[in-house]
Amino acid sequence: MSGDKILSVDRLAMRFGGIVAVQDLSFAAERKKITALIGPNGAGKTTVFNCITGFYKPSGGTIQLTHDDGRVIALERLNDFRIAKQAKVARTFQNIRLFPGMTALENLMVAQHNALMRASGFTLLGLLGVPAYRDAEKRAIDLATDWLKRVNLLDRADDAAGNFAYGDQRRLEIARAMCTEPALLCLDEPAAGLNARESAALSELLLSIRNELGTSILLIEHDMSVVMEISDHIVVMDHGVKISEGSPREVRDDPKVIAAYLGTDEEEAVAVMESGS
Amino acid sequence: MDYFTQQLINGLVLGSIYGLIAIGYTMVYGIVGMINFAHGDVFMIGGFIALITFLLLISTGLTAIPVILLIVLLVSMAITALYGWTIERIAYRPLRHSFRLAPMLSAIGMSFVLTNYSQVAQGARVKPIPPFITGGYTLHESADGFVIQLSNIQIMVVVTTIVLLAIFTWLVSRTRLGRDMRACEQDQTMAALLGVNVDRTISMTFVIGAALAAVAGLMYLLYYGLVDFFMGFVAGIKAFTAAVLGGIGSLPGAMLGGLAIGLIETFWSAYFSVEYKDVAAFSILIVVLIFMPTGLLGRPEVEKV
Amino acid sequence: MTPKSATGIPALLKTAFVNALIALVLFSLMVGIRTEAGSDGQLTYWTRFGEVAALVAAVFGGSIVIELLRQWIGPAGADKLVPPVVQSGMSFVGRYLAPVLLVFTVMVPVIFYDQRYILDLGILVLTYVMLGWGLNVVVGLAGLLDLGYVAFYAVGAYSYALLATNFGWSFWVCLPLAGILAAFWGVLLGFPVLRLRGDYLAIVTLAFGEIIRLVIINWQDLTGGPNGVSGIPRPSFFGIPLDNSDSGLAAKLGIEYSSSHRIVFLFYLILALALLTNWVTIRLRRLPIGRAWEALREDEVACRALGINTTTTKLTAFATGAMFGGFAGAFFATRQGFISPESFTFQESALVLAIVVLGGMGSQLGVALAALAMIGGFELFRSLETYRMLVFGMAMVLIMIWRPRGLIGHRAPTVYLTKAQAISSDLVKEGHG
Repeated sequence: MSGDKILSVDRLAMRFGGIVAVQDLSFAAERKKITALIGPNGAGKTTVFNCITGFYKPSGGTIQLTHDDGRVIALERLNDFRIAKQAKVARTFQNIRLFPGMTALENLMVAQHNALMRASGFTLLGLLGVPAYRDAEKRAIDLATDWLKRVNLLDRADDAAGNFAYGDQRRLEIARAMCTEPALLCLDEPAAGLNARESAALSELLLSIRNELGTSILLIEHDMSVVMEISDHIVVMDHGVKISEGSPREVRDDPKVIAAYLGTDEEEAVAVMESGS
Repeated sequence: MDYFTQQLINGLVLGSIYGLIAIGYTMVYGIVGMINFAHGDVFMIGGFIALITFLLLISTGLTAIPVILLIVLLVSMAITALYGWTIERIAYRPLRHSFRLAPMLSAIGMSFVLTNYSQVAQGARVKPIPPFITGGYTLHESADGFVIQLSNIQIMVVVTTIVLLAIFTWLVSRTRLGRDMRACEQDQTMAALLGVNVDRTISMTFVIGAALAAVAGLMYLLYYGLVDFFMGFVAGIKAFTAAVLGGIGSLPGAMLGGLAIGLIETFWSAYFSVEYKDVAAFSILIVVLIFMPTGLLGRPEVEKV
Repeated sequence: MTPKSATGIPALLKTAFVNALIALVLFSLMVGIRTEAGSDGQLTYWTRFGEVAALVAAVFGGSIVIELLRQWIGPAGADKLVPPVVQSGMSFVGRYLAPVLLVFTVMVPVIFYDQRYILDLGILVLTYVMLGWGLNVVVGLAGLLDLGYVAFYAVGAYSYALLATNFGWSFWVCLPLAGILAAFWGVLLGFPVLRLRGDYLAIVTLAFGEIIRLVIINWQDLTGGPNGVSGIPRPSFFGIPLDNSDSGLAAKLGIEYSSSHRIVFLFYLILALALLTNWVTIRLRRLPIGRAWEALREDEVACRALGINTTTTKLTAFATGAMFGGFAGAFFATRQGFISPESFTFQESALVLAIVVLGGMGSQLGVALAALAMIGGFELFRSLETYRMLVFGMAMVLIMIWRPRGLIGHRAPTVYLTKAQAISSDLVKEGHG
């Protein structure tokens, strides 16, 4: 694969005690493209995500993020909040982690924490109520409003996030991640638990993020209809290693992928893969 | 070296008492996930009941010390266990599925109730008893005249602790009750679905914890020869520290933590200063937790994201 | 004591009988036999079977009454006792309650000018309001369980007492210093331990509180040990002493001196300090740092994924809370004129925590009401003497059972687009730390 890479994972390995979750994994995600990471349950996808977003420290290998301005950041050396703050990698979670007792708007304001902290002079100026901070807060609210509009939740801006329906929570979490203005957006099973209509809306949202804002997206997904429709590039994992990669079409036709998904019963596998196309 | 050995003995005895109380904390924490702040006071109540039973038995003219001890042990365990059961029913059960801080505050309130209940009922003054179990063995006498003593009461404390731990370990690992307890620890809803009587299991946890605290109270009474209404607070904090030090939720950890706190306290008093022994114990707790955030034997928390 | 509500008279009596039997066993030895150490150190005892009988009868009667009430009201619970209409009404009342309460508080010294007792009580309540508001930042907003808050109160008190008695520094110089020192200790403690979670953090803060108290007791050269520090200077009106001398405030204003002046001054001083705490907290909640505190309470992992430095965020909460505790401590020292380690026991920490939880975590008005109820209620029972703590403990248990989420059971959002809606506390998390 050629072109402008935003993320390149090279020989990534992750072991928990004696258990090897990810082994010798290399792949790349292109700038302003949607890259999908798929594989059966337990393939190690979320582990890869946790390594990229700093929740795990990889046992081996490198993860490089190249910003638009050419700055290269070694993600495996950053940890914790610094990946989001300095490397501008945002993520969502498989089991949705919103701030349930805060309103949708507040959730999106928290996402802009670092920018607002600077604007508030690390609280001191904000405490005094300087106009510069008030302007910054207003801009932050505007950005949040804009995202609430995009995910179609504007009328629920002042409701507690914990009261939202499942699908709305998913979209709100994506909006929250986008409010950090990330270079790379990592989505962990964004379509899980959504109905067909909601999945379609999600696909549309992700495409608009890529097309209009030019944000690169890396996603883990089980819903093949979403993956096949929106992905530019697909990486397939099984048992902690990469077994295939390529365009949606290439991957779909790869016998190894079919075998991984449904054992050796290829006919059934083909049926499943085709139903997703 | 002799001095050291003597302190080691003293520390182990003190540690046994802390360990017995700590088990109550750790069991309750494991099963309902709350800090039972009133547990130190349950220990104090146990001490008082032992004292009163002693007094009554002696006034009946009974002289056989083993018989007296056995009766006192059983009576104080039984009545204190009932205290544990009642406390759970009144103060904790209504809050079982409530917010985390509510049962904790309720427990702190219960602790105030018990402390002051015993102050009102038995007065504020320290209650001494004459030494019951006397005598002991001289293990070693060094040239400069230092004697290592192992008193009968020390032997009794350690032996009782070991016996109780053995019974208790058997109870938790081999019996139906123990299996129910471990099931409730893992997942109460699932345990209930599988036919475990969760209410009764939790009640039993409190009963066992209180009974062990009563034994600790009796040991304390025999070893130090006194009880007072305020002793539950300090002993409770120490025992809780022991439970956390060992890794809260872990039964061997509670005993290990108890011994560790007992030894730290004794050695610090012996070699440095008596005044700062508690500071030493608490400081070591903080240091251990900084490097081992889940205590000595606690299961490391895996962060699921 | 019984979990199931009994139906019918026989069952009712049976329940009451069982409860009475339990009570009999519980009270038999502890109440029935009263021990006392005689003059020669020999332990004696006497029986009090009458008291036991009375208690058992009370439990028997009480069980019947409670069971009957339970059957009439239906399953007892906070929802039943406080209907939703009232609950939503409370936020309405809350809007007016706060200003009314504030105006009333400001008027207290005017209304009760000559009633020293009421003014002293008012000062006491306001001190706890301030402590509650300070701890609220840590527990209510950031969701960090701090069982050793009294340590910072002690640091503040001793900072002022020692600086004032040894160097003669004035209250107004020492007040900020006391706050800064307390915050410094907050950071010192917080830095290593804030990555601990939940109950581990609770026990470490408790241990820290005990360490501070024990050091104060034992470091006699500096702190006077158990004897405490006495002769702490009274505060001046920005340099003008509030005494009977010619240079005193009364003389300067040309009015007759009265000892009430100082009390009134202290009242307004603590009111100002408490209001400062409140103002800063309300301000901070609407700033990114305050939102980060609340987000931390809601979900720490999500915070990290959003690039929030959780360690420094926790530290600032800890330090802010500690600073307010330090201010309150300095005030306490100057009001009392004498401090000793006895004022800084775990009971104080528990009391302040109870105020925060009873108030409804994070609610400023709730904390103020809870402080008023707890300290005022405690005062009401003064005549009970030794029974006072007993009643206090029972009240704590009952209040928690009645309202586990506190008096004010909702959270106000910090920012809104169209309309600020109260968020039910059922959704609000308590934090893990």
